[in-house]
Amino acid sequence: MVGLVLLGILFTVLLGSRDAISAYGLSFLVTSDWDPSADRYGAFTAIYGTIVTSLLALLIAVPLGVGTAIFITENLIPLRIRQVLGVMVELLAAIPSVVLGLWAIFVMEPFIRPGLTSLHQLLGWLPFFSTEPQGPGMAPAILILVVMILPIITAIARDSLQQVPIELRQAAYGVGTTRWDAILLVILPAAISGITGGVMLALGRAMGETMAVTMIIGNSTNFSWSLLAPGNTISSMLANQFGEADGQQVSALMYAALVLMLLTLVVNMMAQWVVRRLSLKYS
Amino acid sequence: MSSSLASPNSLQSVGSLRYRPALARNRRNQLFTAVATICAAVAVLPLILVLIYVLIKGGSLITLQLLIGLPPAPGLGGGGIGNAILGTIIVTLIASAIAIPVGVGGGIYLAEYSRSGPLARFVRFGTNVLAGVPSIICGVFVYGLIVSTRLFFDQSYSALAGGIALAVLMLPTVIKTTDEALKLVPDELRWGAIGIGASSFVTIVRVTLPAAFSPIATGVVLAIARSAGETAPLIFTALFSPFWPEGVFSPIATMSVLIYNFAIMPYEVQIALAWAASFVLVLMILAANLFARWLSRLAQA
Repeated sequence: MVGLVLLGILFTVLLGSRDAISAYGLSFLVTSDWDPSADRYGAFTAIYGTIVTSLLALLIAVPLGVGTAIFITENLIPLRIRQVLGVMVELLAAIPSVVLGLWAIFVMEPFIRPGLTSLHQLLGWLPFFSTEPQGPGMAPAILILVVMILPIITAIARDSLQQVPIELRQAAYGVGTTRWDAILLVILPAAISGITGGVMLALGRAMGETMAVTMIIGNSTNFSWSLLAPGNTISSMLANQFGEADGQQVSALMYAALVLMLLTLVVNMMAQWVVRRLSLKYS
Repeated sequence: MSSSLASPNSLQSVGSLRYRPALARNRRNQLFTAVATICAAVAVLPLILVLIYVLIKGGSLITLQLLIGLPPAPGLGGGGIGNAILGTIIVTLIASAIAIPVGVGGGIYLAEYSRSGPLARFVRFGTNVLAGVPSIICGVFVYGLIVSTRLFFDQSYSALAGGIALAVLMLPTVIKTTDEALKLVPDELRWGAIGIGASSFVTIVRVTLPAAFSPIATGVVLAIARSAGETAPLIFTALFSPFWPEGVFSPIATMSVLIYNFAIMPYEVQIALAWAASFVLVLMILAANLFARWLSRLAQA
């Protein structure tokens, strides 16, 4: 049944995108025209947006998430408070992304705009900060993605840290390390493959994340290097245009969906492979 | 501290055992503790902020009229989100009615009938992959399969299509939790049942499944809670409707799509309704999560 559904998804998306694949071929991936009136489609803007937003979100979320996981697994503070913290991070994962999107539009974005504006004034000579922030854009989308993938990274990093055999820690303390020498030199390296797996899963999630990103990224099909300008991701483009599309545009969107699916498939399979290597190590 | 136990001379030869905060390694230790504390604080901050905003902004708008009314036309005041609340419940029920039997059945197959055959390995792999498929792709899939082909009575967008899209999303979670829960049931229970002459079907239905009930229920409740908040698979399957639900073969309003549609409208009234819908949705989902947590604690006790 599952296999059927999976094959069904692949088949439907492939069938739907057949027209676009034969019309645009691989140049679909590297051109950035998106003009439904002239039936010319290139998904580079969306692909750039997907990859850049998810990678940068990961860059911010990984240190935060691993730090939080260490904080929760170590006995720095009483067990009860740690449990409450753990539960809160898990509840953060349960908040629907559309609610986070609403919050991002009306609360977070106005709050961070002054900061982004000064970033533009300071570093405007870099192509990545070359435009004036005007509300929705890639930078707020990255921040809301950080909020969304933090719980995943924290949860998996916490589980991997807890699976590290207690003997390793005892041995480290026994030779006289401080707590953080033990964490950084012994425990983290032992848990690293589990954490890497979690990071890959989070990357897959960030690439496919739709609602919050659609609501805050600005949905512009014009390409810009700037992180402060409105942009697009594959999933936000699908959410935004699929309902009203017809003819060739549906096919082009299906093609984009196929690209997204293959990207997340590769990332998720790599994640599974990394996690499997961990379980071989300790059992 | 320990200097009173040993003679001063022997201590001097190995150095003091006293804790010296000025040592580089102790400084580093404190620095990292501070960094980890800040990380945890920053990670929890958005949750608290989002919850506060949703509870205050949404909660202050909740009235009976809002819970049972229909959304107003753009530009008009008043109205409510009654149809969206009902719609979310209907679509989630449809999804559960499909995903729970199929998912539990799949989990039983994996755990009880074929633990490590090639088909089981493929299904497990497929479940993991399906769990990673972005939710919007589920929407595209159901659109291509049902909406654009007008599969059901020549209707395009429908509550049923939305329910199926959500079911695709729930399926991997339900299969995985059933599989894992059944694997935790001790084999002695199965041997006991088969030993007194039960068939393997009876063993599963009367012995193994009840023994694994609460972890399975926990997973199912979490999957339902997650799908109730999903928007992406519904935008172009269930679509939206400003009216009361007209049956499962017509477009239907849901809270999540209402939030998405109304948040980007330039009208104050609609934005207020979006906050109110967020309040109701978040309360429902948090309640379901706490219920699942209680269920799993029940399992451990």
